[in-house]
Amino acid sequence: MTHNIYIYIAIMVGVTFLIRVLPLTLIRKQIKNRFLQSFLYYVPYVTLAVMTFPAILEATQSPISAAIALVIGLVAAWFNLGLFKVAAICCAVVLITEFFI
Amino acid sequence: MKRKNKNKLNTNNTNVFKEGMKDGIPIALGYLAVSFSLGISARSAGLNAFQGFIASFFTNASAGEYAAFTVIAADAPYFEMLVVTLIANARYLLMSCALSQKIPSELPWYHRLLIGFDVTDELFGITINRPGKFNPYYTYGAMILATPCWATGTMLGIIAGNIMPARLVSALSVALYGMFLAIIIPPCRKNKAVALVIMVSFALSYLMYSLPFLSAMSSGTKTIVLTIIISSAAALLFPIKKEGTEQNDA
Repeated sequence: MTHNIYIYIAIMVGVTFLIRVLPLTLIRKQIKNRFLQSFLYYVPYVTLAVMTFPAILEATQSPISAAIALVIGLVAAWFNLGLFKVAAICCAVVLITEFFI
Repeated sequence: MKRKNKNKLNTNNTNVFKEGMKDGIPIALGYLAVSFSLGISARSAGLNAFQGFIASFFTNASAGEYAAFTVIAADAPYFEMLVVTLIANARYLLMSCALSQKIPSELPWYHRLLIGFDVTDELFGITINRPGKFNPYYTYGAMILATPCWATGTMLGIIAGNIMPARLVSALSVALYGMFLAIIIPPCRKNKAVALVIMVSFALSYLMYSLPFLSAMSSGTKTIVLTIIISSAAALLFPIKKEGTEQNDA
């Protein structure tokens, strides 16, 4: 190991911080451009959806328990149960189904 | 008038902070599980528990940290660390741009730095989707649970390795995804464009994951590519109607 781990960490922390903070500090006005506005409106939905599926299938010990948790989570979310309840339901589904798999 | 508003805000801040803490619980639990496995890769990269703790406490990035640990493991040049971190975390740039539109222009810089410090997938998700007026204390409430859990989980992963029962890690790992669903699904009931966008996102994400020639692409890069393509298409096909009010519906 010829490199210093603390310098590695400092670079990682610095770059990540700047990526996040620069847009928040530099963009102070409402964007008027309709395309940009619409684009930014859809960004969170796409990002979260893309990160959820199919990644969830690999998060657990068995893709089957994850798939059941996904379906039940979708239903629970559709009925507006809130972040904590939906998350807890998904965990419980995995815990229970993995006893039978 | 301004003063009156300010006083009203201050009394609300405690409640908003608590609300953020409540929504932060599933995030913190999920973080504990995910960062635990991150700690295992940090350990194999040669980090000790303290280094893992500070790396996670100050970076707050899953894919970004994982990529960074592979750089450390390879003893690669510092410049490579810079490029890898930049690419693996580029989606946060998009998220911060989106978030900048929700934040009122009069919010002071120190709030912007603090919020920016912890723009993660999850905290971004709950912050931007919280109905009503933006209040930084909501995010702080979630942060105060999430950040220590993220750092502690990494540290525990380095120390404890494989002690935590696999069954429990397995169950906790879906907490994050359950939360994502709770964020993106309810707006589908009112907004058909969002529903379609989410279905297309699921489908294309699965396609990208399955295609063999794309398997070398990191999941962070896939997220960026899909986010830009699908959001652009959605913005062209279903432009939002009025200025400024849309974020509140979400």
